[in-house]
Amino acid sequence: MSTPAAPLETVLRSASREVVIGHGRRFCLIGERINPTGRRIFQEQLRADDLSAIERDVHAQVAGGADVLDINMGVPLTDEADLLVRAIRMVQGLTDLPICIDSSVVEALAAGLAAYDGRALVNSVTAEDERLAQILPLVKKHDAAVIALPNDEHEIPMEVEKRLELTEKIIRVATTEYGIAAADIVIDPLAMPIGADTSTLMTTLETMRRIRHDFGVNMTCGASNVSFGMPDRHSLGATFLPMAMLSGLTSAIMDARTPQIVNAVKAADLLLDHDEWGTAWIAAHRARRDESA
Amino acid sequence: MTSPNQSSPQLTPEEILQGLYDDTLVGNAPHVLELTHKGLELDMEPQTLLFDALIPSLEEVGARFERGDFFVPEMLIAGRAMAGAMELLRPLLAETGVETIGKFLMGTVKGDVHDIGKNLVNIMLEGAGFEVIDLGVQVAPEKFVAAIEEHQPDIVGFSAFLTTTMPMFKANMNALEKSGVRDSVIVMVGGAPVTQEYADAVGADGYAPDASACVKKAKALISDRRSKVPA
Repeated sequence: MSTPAAPLETVLRSASREVVIGHGRRFCLIGERINPTGRRIFQEQLRADDLSAIERDVHAQVAGGADVLDINMGVPLTDEADLLVRAIRMVQGLTDLPICIDSSVVEALAAGLAAYDGRALVNSVTAEDERLAQILPLVKKHDAAVIALPNDEHEIPMEVEKRLELTEKIIRVATTEYGIAAADIVIDPLAMPIGADTSTLMTTLETMRRIRHDFGVNMTCGASNVSFGMPDRHSLGATFLPMAMLSGLTSAIMDARTPQIVNAVKAADLLLDHDEWGTAWIAAHRARRDESA
Repeated sequence: MTSPNQSSPQLTPEEILQGLYDDTLVGNAPHVLELTHKGLELDMEPQTLLFDALIPSLEEVGARFERGDFFVPEMLIAGRAMAGAMELLRPLLAETGVETIGKFLMGTVKGDVHDIGKNLVNIMLEGAGFEVIDLGVQVAPEKFVAAIEEHQPDIVGFSAFLTTTMPMFKANMNALEKSGVRDSVIVMVGGAPVTQEYADAVGADGYAPDASACVKKAKALISDRRSKVPA
């Protein structure tokens, strides 16, 4: 077996705080709730220009232990760029956590990056030539990092080799054609719902191991995808993430309000030697004890 | 206990129907196939097997899913169990000239390669007795038009998973209008970010938030249309 690639570190910043994602470091929780998809009331509020629900979501994610906040303002039939800019400014006034700017609309990403004060994570680009050409220049221009999905215009590949090929393509294009550091590319190895195919997670975990070994880049994924359509989703999330962490996943887009999952991640950090002397584990215990006292 | 057993071949038609219903409900594909064979050997009508056992069973699967008692894998295996029986029954049903529930043309819109949700909907539609023609992913408007002209479906379904590919619904509608096939077909739309408001805004005839609801909606839209337009 060949020597593994050196581990890379992805640095994100707000105006006043820095977060580093890396192998051997504590797992990075990207809080996912500031997103109207599937939330009817929130969608109606945003359409009526009422952004007040964001404040509650931000506090809940911060309280739950999020390290970064994902912001998505994808409401159909609205000016997504305008909403996203206002949401980013609002969130930056509420917390000093760095932000993951989440949109599939290029104009919204451009506006969001311009409005953001710090070093953002862009969510996301794929291996499609057109998407790479649209989004990577924005990432470079704003000195951001970017989440990249190894699917192209033809398919979401279900084979490990094909996902690795597309990962290689993304890293090659970003580094050689756009001058983006490999450290600033965070690969999403595509965690699919096990409810639709119980063998799919084995593919994802193997993809993670290979990406870690071959490229050393950081990885993230939408953790709740895995349990879609199944009962007791929290138990599945709490089991999936430690397995993925052992396979090389260094962050996840997830709901930080679920203590069962967050605690599983913190425990895995300790068990995988990402939490020296268990300092964070013990501090979290002490905080809970003091809270209940 | 109505499971088929090689050593007791003398099942009554009632037992076969009950067994088909029960085994489809739990997704036991080999049993469903075996019972379908046995039913045909007993000279039971294909449409009896379909309408008195298989379809009611899948309807119960859908109802349980909507109540939160059934989960995605259970829908999938029930749908597949039924699909196995349908392979056997479809040619026989065609011979007897039984009116099918309907023909459903399905595809993920251009620019979008997501298909897990669409495939789930296909399985439930087939389970409900629809003939499903799946055009796959990345289906361009002109391809939808050509397939509508070729297959003359009752319903065409556009699937999109991204807010950036949802606008293809409108592009597809325009293509249907322009080629003059819009009024010949019911249009349904769906996918994770899609809402009823969005479906209304693009001028679709129907929307459903999940696979089970899609089957119900599709049946309602077809019976609605058939009651208005005498065959």
